[in-house]
Amino acid sequence: MDWLDQQQQYFETLQNFGPRLWDGFVLTVQLTLVGAALAFVIAVILGLMAGSPNLWLRGPARVIIEFFRGTSLLVQLFWVYYVLPLFGLTLESSFTVGVIALGVNYGAYGAEAVRASLTSVSSGQWEATVALSMSWPHKIRRIIFPQAWALMIPSLANLLVHLLKGSAVVYIVGLNDFNFELDQLRRVTDAWFAYAFIGLIAYFLFALVLTQGMRLLEIRAKHRLGQGPTIREILSPAPKMPIASAHPGSTPSLFGGKTPGGQG
Amino acid sequence: MPTPTDPETPVIEFVDVEKRFGDNIVLKDLNFSVRRGERVTLIGPSGSGKTTILRLVMTLEELTGGYIFVDGEPLTHREKDGKRVPVSAKEQKQLRTRIGMVFQQFNLFPNMTVLENIIEAPIHVLGQSKSEATAKAHSLLEQVGLPDKANEHPMSLSGGQQQRVAIARALAMDPEILLLDEVTSALDPEVVGDVLNILRTVADTTNVTMLIVTHEMSFARDVSHKVMMFDGGRVVEEGAPEKIFSDPTHERTKQFLSAVLRDA
Repeated sequence: MDWLDQQQQYFETLQNFGPRLWDGFVLTVQLTLVGAALAFVIAVILGLMAGSPNLWLRGPARVIIEFFRGTSLLVQLFWVYYVLPLFGLTLESSFTVGVIALGVNYGAYGAEAVRASLTSVSSGQWEATVALSMSWPHKIRRIIFPQAWALMIPSLANLLVHLLKGSAVVYIVGLNDFNFELDQLRRVTDAWFAYAFIGLIAYFLFALVLTQGMRLLEIRAKHRLGQGPTIREILSPAPKMPIASAHPGSTPSLFGGKTPGGQG
Repeated sequence: MPTPTDPETPVIEFVDVEKRFGDNIVLKDLNFSVRRGERVTLIGPSGSGKTTILRLVMTLEELTGGYIFVDGEPLTHREKDGKRVPVSAKEQKQLRTRIGMVFQQFNLFPNMTVLENIIEAPIHVLGQSKSEATAKAHSLLEQVGLPDKANEHPMSLSGGQQQRVAIARALAMDPEILLLDEVTSALDPEVVGDVLNILRTVADTTNVTMLIVTHEMSFARDVSHKVMMFDGGRVVEEGAPEKIFSDPTHERTKQFLSAVLRDA
């Protein structure tokens, strides 16, 4: 049987395999999105704590962040699945186990991105909130976080793609995710077809969707700070005006970031 | 508004104030007071500690020695059994709402419109209703000559316009004390006059106490009741502007004035 015939046969197998593979893919998407949502919540809470001047908030946050960054996702997965029940805490579904492990692991990484972007908001903004006597929750929610948000998106986008790829280890606690189904496909076809072809393309395309989605979020967040064009302008095929001149704030580096667009 | 206090009580009083950054002593044994409605300009070479004084009053810097009183009440520390004891956060906040500051770099919030910048703190810190704060904001924008910019984003405004919004934002809090920290230093020369004229009007039409750091000597001469010449963290000479500018007694003041007035 020559190579082409074999590939044709593989594609027929793929057709029969389709529904299973699709279910696995949907599970991977769900794990990624729900895990990312949990990771984001954890990242914001830990990041705010780690950026707080209060040692009683900062100290515990640092311990938690270093612990979950410093131990492997696989070990954490085993921990939640096998060790927590020894303490009487049994999670019914493997999906929950996977989401929790992904959430705490990537949440710890994300906390660093949140903390770093909070401190990157210019000191003048923090000082203005002091001069206006704003309380800490108020200034964070209304002034600092909205600006830090635009700064943290690129790091969070990176972590989101890592989380997607990291989700491939959950088959170890019995979840039939995309990676698991790919392995099943490999058994009846071959490694090249299942992994290098179907697996690579599917993971890549999903990652591409995620990064582009995050890019749009970043464009929107920056536009809200008066930097750069709107999403509509980015997506429109022929901009009516040169972007830089239409948006004086879009090239802050040229003006030292202080007085974009000149003064007058 | 704060409780009416004895008109004879100084609005700001520095007692044996010392400020050091590590081993670097910026202010030493500083004693002075500012009366209600008085406008005091601090002049002197850069590094002489003028801006630090404003930042201490705004609680943007930690006071390392001595006491600062606002309306006769301790701003950061009080003396108790011969020791310096920090005041509570609540006490400090209560005093701080009486103080407003305009910064060299404007520090408007880029995630809000001009109007939102102005009404944010009156609503959320002073508890004003939205309609009350908005009405006040519009009249302040009128006053600073920007009645049609309420819904613009700060980054689309010129430097001079941003600074005028920043002045309106500080005045919206009805401060007893207004701190002006080199408010024209980041502006193009041709718009400096506009901003100073607005501040002259504020000085003429209100009873707000002003502590001013500026390199604009003619402005200092016009608006201030008292000029204090600083060098090396100490007051070299102080007096009425006519006296200081026309007939300085101290050699260091003469040197400094001849240098800055030659530039002007």
